[in-house]
Amino acid sequence: MLNTLKNRFEQGHRTCNYPNEKPAVFARYRGKPIIKKDVSSDIVEACAKACPQDAIDIGQKKIDMGRCVFCGTCERIFKGAFITFTDDFEISTSKKEHLLTDGDLPALAEHSKQHFKKLFGRSLQLRQVSAGGCNACEADLNVLATPFFDLARFGINFVASPRHADGMVVTGPVSRNMKAALLTTHEAIAEPKVVIAVGSCTITGGPFSGSPEITEGLDTILPVDLFIPGCPPHPLTNLHALLTFFK
Amino acid sequence: MTNAFLEISNGEKLSREQIPHLSFNDFQENALDIIKNGGKVVQYFGYQDDLSMKFLAVLRTDKLFVAGCDAPDSYPSFSKICEPFHMFEREIAEQFGIRPEGHPWLKMVRYHPSYREDMPDVFGNDYNKDIPGNYDYYQVDGDEIHEVAVGPVHAGVIEPGHFRFNCIGERVLHLEIQLGYQHRGVENLFLNAEAKRLPILAENIAGDTTIGHSLCMAQAVESLTSTTPDKGAQIIRTIALELERLANHIGDLGALSGDVAFLPPANYFGRIRGDFLNLSLLLCGNRFGKGLVRPGGVRFSLADDIRKTLDERIKELKPQVEHVLDLLFSASTVRARFEDCGIVSNYDAQQLGLVGPAGRASGIPYDVRRSFPTEHYGQIDIPENKKPSGDVYARARVRYDEVLQSLNIIQSLIDTPVETHCVDDINYDLAFFSFVVTVNEAWRGEVSHAILTDKDGKILRYKVKDPSFHNWNGLAMSLRDTGISDFPLNNKSFNLSYCGFDL
Repeated sequence: MLNTLKNRFEQGHRTCNYPNEKPAVFARYRGKPIIKKDVSSDIVEACAKACPQDAIDIGQKKIDMGRCVFCGTCERIFKGAFITFTDDFEISTSKKEHLLTDGDLPALAEHSKQHFKKLFGRSLQLRQVSAGGCNACEADLNVLATPFFDLARFGINFVASPRHADGMVVTGPVSRNMKAALLTTHEAIAEPKVVIAVGSCTITGGPFSGSPEITEGLDTILPVDLFIPGCPPHPLTNLHALLTFFK
Repeated sequence: MTNAFLEISNGEKLSREQIPHLSFNDFQENALDIIKNGGKVVQYFGYQDDLSMKFLAVLRTDKLFVAGCDAPDSYPSFSKICEPFHMFEREIAEQFGIRPEGHPWLKMVRYHPSYREDMPDVFGNDYNKDIPGNYDYYQVDGDEIHEVAVGPVHAGVIEPGHFRFNCIGERVLHLEIQLGYQHRGVENLFLNAEAKRLPILAENIAGDTTIGHSLCMAQAVESLTSTTPDKGAQIIRTIALELERLANHIGDLGALSGDVAFLPPANYFGRIRGDFLNLSLLLCGNRFGKGLVRPGGVRFSLADDIRKTLDERIKELKPQVEHVLDLLFSASTVRARFEDCGIVSNYDAQQLGLVGPAGRASGIPYDVRRSFPTEHYGQIDIPENKKPSGDVYARARVRYDEVLQSLNIIQSLIDTPVETHCVDDINYDLAFFSFVVTVNEAWRGEVSHAILTDKDGKILRYKVKDPSFHNWNGLAMSLRDTGISDFPLNNKSFNLSYCGFDL
């Protein structure tokens, strides 16, 4: 008992004050990109060629955050002459096309559906379905339940049954073998319901693009309300998206 | 006795001409001989070469051995005699339609059509039906037998898989695990991938084992391009692999604590795990280490400011970890639930070929860091972490020991400045007509990648093996004669990868 109390005292209070204060992330974190449009097209082309995800649109000088895995190759090879990644983790969008960006993202709060805020603003119960992928997105959704993020204090929870859920959070590139179970889960959720796509796999197929075993974009089989990019998205990216879109 | 298999070292480049090409009978006889004398299977796979089908096996004792042969259309199953071939034979049957006759339990591994369109499907599956569980599960007969079916969508935020329990009352007589729901076709994606995509694919085989798989890929490519990462890169990779081990082991111990309803360590370790993930982010900008390891070295240095922060954070976290470990392991209620729960005997563990902490908990000392060291591990003294009891307690206790060891390893490595030349250019040509196999001890155990190139240096076969490929049957074994309510606890004590298995 004494040991339990001693540990409790040592642990102290750990919950972050987000969204009132933004917690600092370490400097090497790669979040929202900044794009320098005045760069020569040679450099843009070289960045596009080096990008393992083919996420750079040469003509428009934009980057597709839905394809990007935030590996930072484009930033590193030209020391940020074209693209630099900032520590801004607030990068989610309500429309897939907004992910193809020159660095300006529309304010998520203004693009969220107002009736969702009315319906789910005080209580949002989500069913998570892992459909392919590498389990990193799942892991960084799971940590939202740990004391530092403490998602439940906002009235948002992950629940065990789709029957208890207001919406579905999907991770992974929807493998052929998970497609039927995913669609059945979606069907089991009562209307009105939301669908949230987490991670580059879910949004575009990500690293597995080109495989016949996956679906390239959840939005090709279900209507998606919220896109959270990253590989995986930082927990604070997830938290920002959920709070801004629904609260 | 002499064996026709060729002794090789971890990550050694071989011309394919050097690999002994045996007659099938010699291949079978020699392979079985090694395994019957206590050897284990590291890799055993099929590949197509100029339209002819071949087998290749990498086996281990205290050394690594390789040999290959022409593959027959069907052959008498090795698993009947040597259980460690069990999963590998099923995988070959699924991928190439080659039937191991008399296999004790021939069923699909991941549920996908054969890579060879000219061969009939061994399992008679209709792959237009998108469900791997579309299959007659093993059944126990009896008036009082009941079945419990769980998944593929589970109650928590975890990966998909199907579990089928045959129970009498609360007691589990048999657990069957059917996976494949995460199958993404990873091995085939490697075949035509441009060089720049290789690291991304390796990082995404299993996100919680990013460093383990990345190291196997990088070492294999380095071998086939005759490059060696500098000493600093090797130290940084070692630190990254130990950070990965720390984050996962600590997370597992917290989850085990939660599963026996002792919530303080569950919450503390849940948070502390995040702190270790953040140290990977400190190093390379990603909480899972994605973006760090590249063929030839690492992309991020351990600059002095990073090294200082890492040192400060570890110094701050270490006492917290020690105190929470003490809190968890000194609680009699926790001991009572961990001890004698889900025992896998040493005999069963040997037969199944368990690796990593799950194997060590059942008295198998094998640890790649000791047996076939890569990176900086040759300079590090890793203790033999085996435990005798094979229960949940042993699986937790292995993690306890390894957490403390990993902390010490990292502290000793960041004691002095580390210099490396960062790698950004990842274009390379692989040696033609060559073969390499790499093994590393990731947090779940032995990860292995093997590459075969053709006469133009193109990847002919890329084979990935996650430790979970060995260990899922260990979980099924631990549930025999165990109360079904102890499933979550046993499952956490293994904490296996679905995506690493499913590929």
